[in-house]
Amino acid sequence: MPPRPGLPASLIIAARDARTPRQRRSRDDSRSRPARPALSVDVPALLLSLKLSAATAAILVALGLPLAAWLAFSPARWKPLVEAVVALPIVLPPTVLGFYVLLLLGPHGPVGRAVESLFGARLPFTFEGLLIASVLYSLPFAVQPFAASFAAVDRSLLEAAASLGASRLGTFRRVVLPLSRAGVITGIVLSFAHTLGEFGVVLMIGGNIPGETRTVSVAIYDHVQALDYDSAGATSLVLLAVSFAVLATTYALQRRTVSAWPLRSKPAS
Amino acid sequence: MAASLEARFVRRFRGGPAIHADLVLPGGDGPVTVLFGPSGSGKTTVLRALAGLDRPEEGTIVHGDETWLDTRLGLFVPARRRHIGLLFQDYALFPHLSAHENVAFGLHGMPAAERDRRTAAALALLKLEGLGARRPSELSGGQRQRVALARAIAPSPRLLLLDEPLSALDGPTREELRGELRALLLRLGVPAVVVTHDRIEALALGDRMAVMVDGRIRQHGRVADVFERPADREVARCVGVETVLAGRIVGAAEGLVTVEVHGLRLAAVDRGLGGDVWVLLRAEDVVLERGGGTRSSARNHLPGRVTTVAPEGPLVRVTLACGEARLSALVTRASCTELALEEGAEVFAVVKAPSLHLVPRI
Repeated sequence: MPPRPGLPASLIIAARDARTPRQRRSRDDSRSRPARPALSVDVPALLLSLKLSAATAAILVALGLPLAAWLAFSPARWKPLVEAVVALPIVLPPTVLGFYVLLLLGPHGPVGRAVESLFGARLPFTFEGLLIASVLYSLPFAVQPFAASFAAVDRSLLEAAASLGASRLGTFRRVVLPLSRAGVITGIVLSFAHTLGEFGVVLMIGGNIPGETRTVSVAIYDHVQALDYDSAGATSLVLLAVSFAVLATTYALQRRTVSAWPLRSKPAS
Repeated sequence: MAASLEARFVRRFRGGPAIHADLVLPGGDGPVTVLFGPSGSGKTTVLRALAGLDRPEEGTIVHGDETWLDTRLGLFVPARRRHIGLLFQDYALFPHLSAHENVAFGLHGMPAAERDRRTAAALALLKLEGLGARRPSELSGGQRQRVALARAIAPSPRLLLLDEPLSALDGPTREELRGELRALLLRLGVPAVVVTHDRIEALALGDRMAVMVDGRIRQHGRVADVFERPADREVARCVGVETVLAGRIVGAAEGLVTVEVHGLRLAAVDRGLGGDVWVLLRAEDVVLERGGGTRSSARNHLPGRVTTVAPEGPLVRVTLACGEARLSALVTRASCTELALEEGAEVFAVVKAPSLHLVPRI
């Protein structure tokens, strides 16, 4: 950005300063590493990404199901506000989300301070910090399919369950969840796959620490920066294959379990 | 003796009419009350309030010695704690559960053996043996209706609420199930409220009926009283253009049955019914004659006396007293003038046997 007259010089410098260390850090990391043999797939980074995705999806099931149930069934008037907050990660650039999470988790942020005083640990540039950011970043990809499938359950079924004495939790467990299986699976897979492919938030919160926060997408970026196109290509191909396999398996499973055509379902025993 | 139900409440809808309910169902006096009225009259709203699915803005609902709703005290018992059996118009069967699991749904928390025993008993009562493993999508409309009914009665509810129980069925199935449903309701002996807009259903199922028009209950009484003596013009229009008489089949010969109605003997087509029946007759199917004695193909010539003559557009509605029975006839203005129909005139009501529609009355 060329400096514009009228803009205070300090602000321009501050903006430049905010950008420079990050760029420098990622370049430094790639240059300090010993040269790799051609066509290397960064297996630790891939495993770390899978671990991060699985943990994110698991946490999103625990957090997302109650949140989605509230969104689907609550008559609260301020529900649209919560819906908007949940959907924000879809429209925000990952850097913006990452920036705020960094402030929140940082040594001066409320969460960062609390964690540091309780556990004596810092969150930014750790796996745990990355996990928190990933959960926020993938929240809409889990909650929206969950809530949509809950809301699609016929209300008269909920009323039937109530008239048969079922509590709200019982109705949710025995009627809503089984009938929302497709949506729940979609939410889990989408949040898993979305975490697998995240990049901006990882850079902002996780940095690039091998074995701790170096995910596969960051590894690919590093390969490209180091002009190691063969390794970038190989790793990309593995990521593409894994993502495709996960999605294809999910859709294939759903096709079999959710039968829209009663005539094609198994005959009654 | 079954507990009585007293409901007095107002349910308001934004931008819509208010629904007023004022209904007392005495326990013991015949178990089935029909809530009858045209669509949009508020029947389903009343039923939902009784079920606890809807919370009226004002009023009280008291069942036996239990208060389900008292808006002044802020008291409201939700559906899951009312121990009622509810049959939805579209049945609302759980699509992911088998028929057996659907019926067992309300028996949650019981020991497994007890639950299985009661589920099997409810399925057997509805003649669903052998269908327990099927999903709702693998059942016919009539079978789904039975599963829904079995599910509603399995937990031994204190009150049964049935919303248009037969409307989702095709014609032949509906006729078959109508009689069975009445027999089942009598056998259970549980007080039941049945919502319907079908007068044949009302006749076939109810002991008492409450007629709702425009969000208010206009008349409440024994089914025969409501049909034979509608409280006002709107109730009369609502319960229909038909004459409804309580009769009894006393003989059958050559494809015809003889029905005794208030001492009159009528010939109707034999459709395999016997015993007590309702006789339905549309006013436009009644031909009026002066003097009688003319030969015609009609089987029924009933002497009567004109009690009222009321113009209805291009036609005139004439009511007759044929002994104890009251008949309604629609004639043109010209015929009315020609026959000099006026109060007290002696006429014959001529009715073809196929015009008499018989409905079983248990």
